[in-house]
Amino acid sequence: MEAGAISAGGGRSILERPPLARLPDRALRWGLTALAVSILVLIGFFFVRLYLESRPAFARFGLLGFSFANDWDVQGGVFGALPLLVGTLITSATALVIGVPVAVSTALYITELCPARARGTLTAMVELLAAVPSVVYGLWGFFFLVPRLRPAEQWFADHFSFLPFVGGHVAGPNYFIAGLILAIMIIPIVSAISREVIATVPADHKEAALALGATRWEMIRTAILPYSRAGISGAAMLGLGRAIGETIAVTIVIGNAPTIGKQLFDQGYTLAAVIANEFGEAASDPLHRAALIAAGLLLFVLTLFVNLVARYFVVRGERGKRAAPGTPVAAG
Amino acid sequence: MTPLAGIGARRRRSDRVARTMLAVATGLALVPLVLILFYLVKQGLGAWSPSFFTTDPSGRFLGDPGGIRSAILGTIEIVALASAIAIPAGIGVALYLVEYGRDGRFATAVRYFVDVMTGVPSIAFGLFIYITLVLATGFGGFAGWKGSLALALLMLPIVTRSAEVALTLVPESLREAALALGAPRWRVVARVVLPTALPGLVTGVLLAVARAAGETAPLLFTATIVKETTANLAAPMNSLPAQIFSDVGQAQDRLVARAWGAALTLVVMILVLTTLARLVSRRSRIA
Repeated sequence: MEAGAISAGGGRSILERPPLARLPDRALRWGLTALAVSILVLIGFFFVRLYLESRPAFARFGLLGFSFANDWDVQGGVFGALPLLVGTLITSATALVIGVPVAVSTALYITELCPARARGTLTAMVELLAAVPSVVYGLWGFFFLVPRLRPAEQWFADHFSFLPFVGGHVAGPNYFIAGLILAIMIIPIVSAISREVIATVPADHKEAALALGATRWEMIRTAILPYSRAGISGAAMLGLGRAIGETIAVTIVIGNAPTIGKQLFDQGYTLAAVIANEFGEAASDPLHRAALIAAGLLLFVLTLFVNLVARYFVVRGERGKRAAPGTPVAAG
Repeated sequence: MTPLAGIGARRRRSDRVARTMLAVATGLALVPLVLILFYLVKQGLGAWSPSFFTTDPSGRFLGDPGGIRSAILGTIEIVALASAIAIPAGIGVALYLVEYGRDGRFATAVRYFVDVMTGVPSIAFGLFIYITLVLATGFGGFAGWKGSLALALLMLPIVTRSAEVALTLVPESLREAALALGAPRWRVVARVVLPTALPGLVTGVLLAVARAAGETAPLLFTATIVKETTANLAAPMNSLPAQIFSDVGQAQDRLVARAWGAALTLVVMILVLTTLARLVSRRSRIA
């Protein structure tokens, strides 16, 4: 605030507030800044804490030995997280393969094809899937999906045993069921972000495609999808991050066997599920506890990586948008 | 959909096939929703009774398993404390970002780490509180307030991000008008910015509360699962998600029945919150 020519006594402009009146302003400013700083401190502390507490496990087995050894034996005091890592990756990959096409289809249908009147209702219904808590998905999966899908899974395993990782005895709770539940759980977020991305496709592009005689589907294929590819990839990656970190629903339907299953319908374990199940018994065993915390750290790093990639895609998608006006976008 | 001349039969067919597939996929996405809600109501209502809501779990191996009073009250207490921490903190950080930090380097860093926090699995927050507070000597042990802290960590980024969006939508001209009239910054924030953004803030807050209410993993390590009702946040405290999780693990019909009843209760609570959030956001004047 530049002082004007008119000044009150003490060399202060009459436009300036007395120091006491400026106090609340300063307090607000510094209070909020302190709050923002404490967020950064908190995250730093969070990471350091997890790292320090997991050190005994890494010291004993080595970083690679812990992460990639195929032996999780609580009684024997040996902790290699590979079976958990594999379980996490298989279930999340299954979730992506099933969930993303469905989610993107709903986004396309809701934004481009469905009657305008149904749009709000459909959006609300897809979002309702996000309101169901994880533990309820687990409950439903265990008592509804597992028994009902088992014959179908067995039939599939018997008739498609030529496919890799298919065939043999179908366990009740298994990788596939966990992946399916995860797929349902990531549909709302992937669909919501895809809808946002699709909404940013300029009307010009769509109208140009239609004016050139494209059918609706051709318009989607040539105008919408190429334009929103990066954003949709980002949405899928965010969904993947969710699936990797999801705990309780998976814990209930994965079977909790700390071995690498030979096929898709075998029991398994995931990083998050092992923490939820074993932390109670681990309280008295420092090495076991450190191993669980190390599993948590591994999970954290994995989700961090996936989310960073997702962010990169989404940001790139947005930047593309900003650069786009006027510049013709090559349609694939 | 008049078939125009020039669109060949093959193109028309592939258009129809593609549209049908998109519609079918949308229907497919809603199948689990319908199944879950139907099954939940069918199984859950069967477990509901007046005593279901007014008694604590008995813990007896045979006979009456008791109700879910301690779980309902525990969830309300834990989530209330978590909200009391996360809502002011989250809105405060958002205020900093919008009113002071803007596009500066520090604000960008804060925004980035809030984003990082959104992606952190909820179980990691539980683990963090577990190793820093529960295992710590001194004030060790499980306690309701530790569960609240874990949930607050989870809510904070959600509140911050939604509040930032709501605050950014407040037109700059309103702020400038208030400043030009001589209002100090804090007054502009308190009397102009916050009231204008209120509906948006409330919507974000309600969604964050709904999200926290359904979380199980962070509570298992922090507030744990007990039978008794307690108002003491320093004692172990029951919660609906934790109760459901433990009942499912027991694989006894009467406990599973209680789990369904508890699940229906939890979903109804969350639906009330999300519906409120929707109504409030619809009444918003801006955005």
